[in-house]
Formats: sequence, structure tokens, C-alpha cells
Amino acid sequence: MNQIVRFTIDGSECMAEKGQYLVDAAKENGIYIPTLCNYTGIKPKGSCRVCTVKVNGRLMTACTTPVSENMDVQNHIPEIDELRKKIIELFFVEGNHFCPACEKGGNCELQALAYRYKIMAPRYPFAFPQREIDATNPKLIKDQNRCILCKRCIRGIQDEKGRTIFAYRKRSSRVEIGIDHKLGKELSDETAMKAMDICPVGALLVREKGFDIPIGERKYDKAPIGSDIEEHNVSSK
Amino acid sequence: MSKPIVATTSLAGCFGCHMSVLDIDERILDLIHLVEFDKSPINDIKHFTRKCDIGLIEGGCCNSENVHVLKDFRENCKILISVGECAIMGGLPAMRNGIPIRECLEEAYLNGPSVKESNQIKIIPNDPELPIMLDKVYPCHEVVKIDYHLPGCPPRADLIWDALVALITGDELKLPYEVIKYD
Repeated sequence: MNQIVRFTIDGSECMAEKGQYLVDAAKENGIYIPTLCNYTGIKPKGSCRVCTVKVNGRLMTACTTPVSENMDVQNHIPEIDELRKKIIELFFVEGNHFCPACEKGGNCELQALAYRYKIMAPRYPFAFPQREIDATNPKLIKDQNRCILCKRCIRGIQDEKGRTIFAYRKRSSRVEIGIDHKLGKELSDETAMKAMDICPVGALLVREKGFDIPIGERKYDKAPIGSDIEEHNVSSK
Repeated sequence: MSKPIVATTSLAGCFGCHMSVLDIDERILDLIHLVEFDKSPINDIKHFTRKCDIGLIEGGCCNSENVHVLKDFRENCKILISVGECAIMGGLPAMRNGIPIRECLEEAYLNGPSVKESNQIKIIPNDPELPIMLDKVYPCHEVVKIDYHLPGCPPRADLIWDALVALITGDELKLPYEVIKYD
């Protein structure tokens, strides 16, 4: 039996099933809470912190917080918006995100969030780290320059026997995602494509699939990320 | 009141941002009513003839000459605007930032397939006349204080136009979703 709970997001009344994660509950109520490491259908991890909201005055990640009765959630307030902007800007300076040269441009969730928050330039100095491109796999190219280590590929991609194909390797600031050499070679076209789609940035690319969609017709060219959720709710901004 | 004076330059850029300035189409006729141009590749004025109000910077800093010009702009312009991805984050030239400078020069002058045969005496140009390359390509705001940033590769003509008009008239700059793009 599903129990329905009532809670508020930025003062507007919402209803959801008890125990549902806040991000999904907000979505059903037509409110967009931005996410990056979260992906529908994969267990949430709460690592990127972009979905941070204030729940009863405390900062929580909306992708890992279940809704409960009378929860008071603050989402679109200056403090939270500024916090999210800072996180997004940190992603941009931490890696090498050359948007003009990226195959994922226009379809990239990190870029789309920056557009949504109207970031004109990051406030932090660029790190320009030295990172490699792994082009050993016959189907996929792994560009470590663009990887934000969200683990979406690790968590979301398995072969038909349920074995993971991607894994973390190295440690600390050098940590990166590697493709299993043996399993990677046997990747089906379908799984490779799924891996590229699951990657929020342009760190996983299927060979010969870049720049498929012309500029102007890409996912985030015309409407901001999250606007598909918000269009069901006229009152939200 | 005299018209505001605008200066522009292209540092480590491809002139694409200047092309985007010209891409304002017939509004360029309004622009010449609105502003005067000083040092700029558009009118080919090589040196500042007076203090300017607005400086538009295209491209980041990849060599000593870029730094010199940028500092010159900072001294002579009240407001500096980084125009385009290269000015803001180094852009495509900054893709060399992960490669040591020696390796870059050796590839360009000694080992690259197009120079391997022709550069028999193994010369890397180092004439004192030539600007010295920096260890990496720097965004403009990491060299001097930059007042505003207009992203894009190139920034959409509408963004450049709207930003200039807003700056000159003092009106609020409206930023529709379509004008902020990084590519």
C-alpha cells in the first residue's frame, strides 16, 4: 500500500508517495531540481551535489532524500542557486571542457546546466589538468579531460551477464574511469550507444557518432534543461 | 554628449568573434551612430589615439605580445569585455596546455609531417623580434581584470549587440536562453 505524503517546495503544495526520492517527487509535481550524477533508473549516489536543496533548513541532496510528511523544501532560492552555480563552475575549471571542440556540445548536461544558470565565465582559475584520451576500445572513446566522475557509466552499464564494463582506477585527484579491455571489446553497438547517452558530458563517445545532429536541433539548443518538467506546472519559474 | 569609443583586438583568436560583430547585419549602421571606433582591426587603427570607453577582447594570451596588447587595452579602456570562449577560457589554443611547450615547438618545427623534410637544419624560430610563447594559454581574466564576459564560439551576434547597446544606453541586458552558448 502506498502512502501519500504532503510537502512543500518553495511554498507550493506537493504530493507524492512516501519514500520517493525528492528529485522524482518534485518532477511529478512539475518542479525541476537540477541533477548531474543522477540518472532515471539507476540507484542515486548523491555525489555531484548539484541537486542540493534545503530541507527544513538543512542542506540535503534531493536525489538521495526520500520525501516525508510536512517536509519544507527550498529549491529555487538565491542561496541554493548560487551554490549550484559554484558547483557547475568548479566542474568547468577542474577538467578540460573545450565546448567548441566537443562532440557532445548541445547535448551535454553540464553545459546545459551552465546555460540554465546563465554562467558567463567561471569565477575560479582554470586548472588545465593533464589528462589522456583512451582510444584503445574499438567502439568507444574515453576522454578523461571531460569526465566528471559521476559514475553513471559504472552504475548504469552492464553486459548481458550483468558484469560492469566501466570501473574507477587510480586514486585521489588522479582517479579516472577505465573501460574493461576484454568486456569492452565485446560491447554491442546498442550498449555502446547507451553508454554515450548515459554520460552527462562528452567523456564517452561512440566512434563516428559525433556531430550527428546539426547545431540548432540539439537537445538543449532551444529550451533549457528541465523545461520539459516545468511545462506541466505553470506556476513555477 | 560625445559618442562612446570602442576598441577591439584579436589576441590568440581566429577572428571569428570579429566576424560575429559584423554579423549584426544592418544594425552596423546603427552601431556607427552609437559608437566611434579607435584601435581595431576593423578600421586598421594600429595604436590607441585616445582613451576608450569599451574594449572588446577576442582570444586568450598565448604569447608575450598578447599580454602586452591586453595590458595596453586595460590601461586605455574603461571597460574590458572578454568576447568568446578563447578570451574566457583559452579556447582551442589552450588545448596545448597539457603538452609541454618544448614538445609543441618540436612538433611544429622539427617533427611534424609537413616540416620534417623541409626544416633540415632543425631550426626553431627564436628571433628577438618574435614574441615569446607562454608556458600555456591563459584566459584574459587571469592576466588583467576583465569586467564582462560574453561566451560563445563565436558569441551570437545578438548577444554582442544587446550587450553593447545595454552598456551604452544603461538599459538592463536581457539574456534570452538562445544567446548564451559555449559553441
